[in-house]
Amino acid sequence: MQLGRVARWVLGGITTVVLALIYLPLGVVFLNSISTSESLTWPPPGFTLEWWRRAMHSEGAFEALGMSVMVALAASAIALVLGTLAAMALSRHRFFGKESVNLLIVLPIALPGIVTGIALNNAFRTLMGVQLAVWTLIIAHATFCIVTVYNNAFARLNASGTRLEEASMDLGAGLFTTFRLVTFPHLKSALMAGGLLAFALSFDEIIVTTFTAGTGVTTLPLWILQNMFRPNQAPVVAVIAVILAVVSVVPLAIAQRLTAKDAEAVSR
Amino acid sequence: MTATRVSTYLAPRRRLRLAGLLTAPVLWLGLVYVVALAALLITAFWTVDAFTGQVRVEWTTENIVEVLTEALYRTVTLRTLGIAALVTVLDIIVAVPVAFFMAKIARPRMRHLLVIAMLAPLWASYLVKVYAWRALLSGNGLIEWAVAPFGGETPGYGIVGVVLTLSYLWLPYVVMPIYAGFDRVPDRLLEASADLGGRGWRTLTAVVLPMIRPAIIAGSIFAFSLSLGDYITTTIVGGSTQMLGTLVYDNVGSANNLPLAAAISLIPIGIILVYLAAVRRTGALRSL
Repeated sequence: MQLGRVARWVLGGITTVVLALIYLPLGVVFLNSISTSESLTWPPPGFTLEWWRRAMHSEGAFEALGMSVMVALAASAIALVLGTLAAMALSRHRFFGKESVNLLIVLPIALPGIVTGIALNNAFRTLMGVQLAVWTLIIAHATFCIVTVYNNAFARLNASGTRLEEASMDLGAGLFTTFRLVTFPHLKSALMAGGLLAFALSFDEIIVTTFTAGTGVTTLPLWILQNMFRPNQAPVVAVIAVILAVVSVVPLAIAQRLTAKDAEAVSR
Repeated sequence: MTATRVSTYLAPRRRLRLAGLLTAPVLWLGLVYVVALAALLITAFWTVDAFTGQVRVEWTTENIVEVLTEALYRTVTLRTLGIAALVTVLDIIVAVPVAFFMAKIARPRMRHLLVIAMLAPLWASYLVKVYAWRALLSGNGLIEWAVAPFGGETPGYGIVGVVLTLSYLWLPYVVMPIYAGFDRVPDRLLEASADLGGRGWRTLTAVVLPMIRPAIIAGSIFAFSLSLGDYITTTIVGGSTQMLGTLVYDNVGSANNLPLAAAISLIPIGIILVYLAAVRRTGALRSL
């Protein structure tokens, strides 16, 4: 496009500044976690690993970490089963109401978290008359995690087509044998990516969590929220925040690699 | 073997196989989610026992009337709408030049890096980002330190803090669809416009902007609807600012009035449905 030199430089400058501003707050959290200031004063007066040491001995934070991992694993497991089933139904069959099923799967993350949260809270407490607990939280997380597994599996099934499966059936393999020996191996990395995304989504979720976790059920984000307003806890919260950020990024990065590699393989 | 027998039985029966695949996910989503949403609507017409705090099945339009007539809800709805609109506009103003640079000026290699740099922060925890802004906005935080030499002071915890934080949170969601929109504008069109004598600015307003309008609207849906339902950000950096989300949360938690909370939550649901219906005609939903 015909653009003056100045315009190009200005646009480039804006982009650079915006990107810097996007990363700045995350960097500040990290620096606060090693700052000697207890009240997160900027600039940090000095650096220390004291808060990291203290965080490593924080029982509450570790229990919360364990709870988060447990909930995320359970929710991803349920999402993996349901998401795969739905993806196989929608990619291999044509039927009335297909669009509605698709909408149904997307809805839990399309609506604002607070709507999902209060709807489930109300369903558990008023409709079913049960106390919120760990399992209510797992059900809630699984519900909005289905879509990530579904999306990955559906894309893969659509890209790979049905020819291999048909060949397998023609050669006399039954439905289950075909799934085990043809469909599943093809689907494996997509399911892995979808499962990791589901894990990260659940691990990091806070809004639906506040509405569906029972008393005493503290996930890592809930722990941060509860401790954030305590003045003397500030630097330890920063440490846990850094850990939360890293733990939720790693599975996503792996998932990204998995999908990118297979996209290459498919296009080859 | 049983598995073989089941397989032989199912193989020619397509419908049955489909039913087998669909039953579990549809039952789950239907029972857990659709029923919950429907129940939310119904609960808004119920009431709470003043003594026990339990929800009582007694049909009343009390909650709806209260939400519609009391000044508090009108004020908070308008404030929430204002914040969501401001966040959306701010994000679009920042996103358009950045997306344009990424799609049309940066070289392919650089473009690839920029897309990754823009997407990566989406992965970092939402809560951590809000927490980061709490530190930035604090009285002895980075913003105060940066503007104090010029006689300024940090906006602190309040509406300005909420708007800044929400704009920060949703910016990548707005940049990406607009970037995709710019990417879909063929360079040939820009060259044609230039050949016909259109200067940079003219090309931008007469050729490019009309073409990327659906993309801008698609981006606005994210910023708008995510802001509308947010309450964590308000709690952390909003000071005493009340938004619809905080009202809902207070009524579920401390006030323990689920029917009223359900009635309040119908406001953002209604606004989003109206907004989606309004933008449907522009074709923006397809470019999500």
